[in-house]
Amino acid sequence: MSGQSDLELVNKKGIRLDGRKAGELRNIKIEAGVLENADGSAYVEIGKNKVRAAVYGPRECHPRHLQDPTKAIIQCKYNMMAFSVSDRKRPGPDRRSVEISKIIAEALEAVVLTELYPRASIDVYIEILQANAGTRCAGLTAASVALADAGIPMKDIIPAVAVGKADGKVLLDLNKEEDNFGQADVPLALIPKTNEIVLLQMDGNMTRDEFDKAIEMGVAACHEIYELQKDALRRRYSAALKDGDSNE
Amino acid sequence: MEKRDARPAREVVVPGDLLSDSGLKAGNGTYVHDGKVYASKLGVKNVFSGTVSVIPLRGRYVPTPGDMVLGMIIDIGPSNWLVDINAPYPAPLHVNEVPWKVEFGDTSRFLRIGDTVMVKILMVDEAMKIQVTMNDSGLRKLEEGQITEISHSKVSRVIGKSGSMIQMIKSMTDCRIFVGQNGRIWVDGDMENATVAVDAIKMIEREAQTSNLTERVKDFMGSRIRPQEE
Repeated sequence: MSGQSDLELVNKKGIRLDGRKAGELRNIKIEAGVLENADGSAYVEIGKNKVRAAVYGPRECHPRHLQDPTKAIIQCKYNMMAFSVSDRKRPGPDRRSVEISKIIAEALEAVVLTELYPRASIDVYIEILQANAGTRCAGLTAASVALADAGIPMKDIIPAVAVGKADGKVLLDLNKEEDNFGQADVPLALIPKTNEIVLLQMDGNMTRDEFDKAIEMGVAACHEIYELQKDALRRRYSAALKDGDSNE
Repeated sequence: MEKRDARPAREVVVPGDLLSDSGLKAGNGTYVHDGKVYASKLGVKNVFSGTVSVIPLRGRYVPTPGDMVLGMIIDIGPSNWLVDINAPYPAPLHVNEVPWKVEFGDTSRFLRIGDTVMVKILMVDEAMKIQVTMNDSGLRKLEEGQITEISHSKVSRVIGKSGSMIQMIKSMTDCRIFVGQNGRIWVDGDMENATVAVDAIKMIEREAQTSNLTERVKDFMGSRIRPQEE
């Protein structure tokens, strides 16, 4: 957002740098059950973003003082690999990843039936293998598929997408250039069944009208991603049902 | 995805899928929202006598009272042992619930850390406090044999209809086998035959959802076991 450039992010025909229209998503690929030793896992590609999520648990909560006697807690760790961005990212947690971990965990708590597992902890690990703007959304998208894959009871699967503004136009699913040189970035996640928003942030400025338009765009896109998430889970397990030898 | 053979199509559901608009009662793995029943787990939809439920395909073992499980001792207290039963919570085994007379503080003479025991789930309360017992017929400490672990959702397949599958494995391999509801399976017998039994169990887990499994497991074991010399 901070950067300035004379780069034309959206051309006169309304086409963006990567050839998309304003309301178009990047290519999305979702796979469930990619890790052998995790209870549940998922791999998500959104454009050039590559994200892997692993879920462990419900298991006994450590450290003990974090336990909640009435429900399970969700512990989330969002981590960017050192090689995920063009400048090497210094490994380890920083303010940004701590924040993202927290908001993702809170978004997931809205759908997971945590009261079924008192005192337990459900651990979610999100690894960003390659970043190109919108990794928190990709991470949350992957994490909710991984949770379902782990057989954890939940009300719904959460899709997430970013909307924003660049070159004065409201755009869906910002890429790196639009994120860096645009005017606003609004990550958004919701529960598709009720359209209840569970994650919403805004970096930059937008008018109220633009914001409403952006939310409308984002909600529609979330429902699209939701179908892909469900399809990924069904694909994985319908195959197993049909043909047991498929994975050996 | 093409249709599967013979049996009525078993539908894979994911969390949030609508199972019933009205009429059906909500069973396991479901939740009710606005009078409609939705799936809360990844699994297979199952309608049985007016109740719709989801048979989970994945997930942790959650103990239910009466389950026979295999546990491992992970900690020792002066009047109890902590048993890992593959659930999200460890289960305390109190000295009153073992078939021996144990003096206070003398617990480690009977069961040590790492020992494997057959236990029965006595009670699970809403706070998920678990109690287990060894005071029941057949429950004991396991001294020999090997343990193999499978997903607990596949246990019913390993046992088979009224025990048909497990009976077949037992008789063909001449092994003693105990299947815990938590997915831990104890196999004891002649080295080679035990390996065959374990491989057969792994095969059942892998191909749990396919039809005609009993026949194929039989063929598989038949090809692996040396013909018995009479």
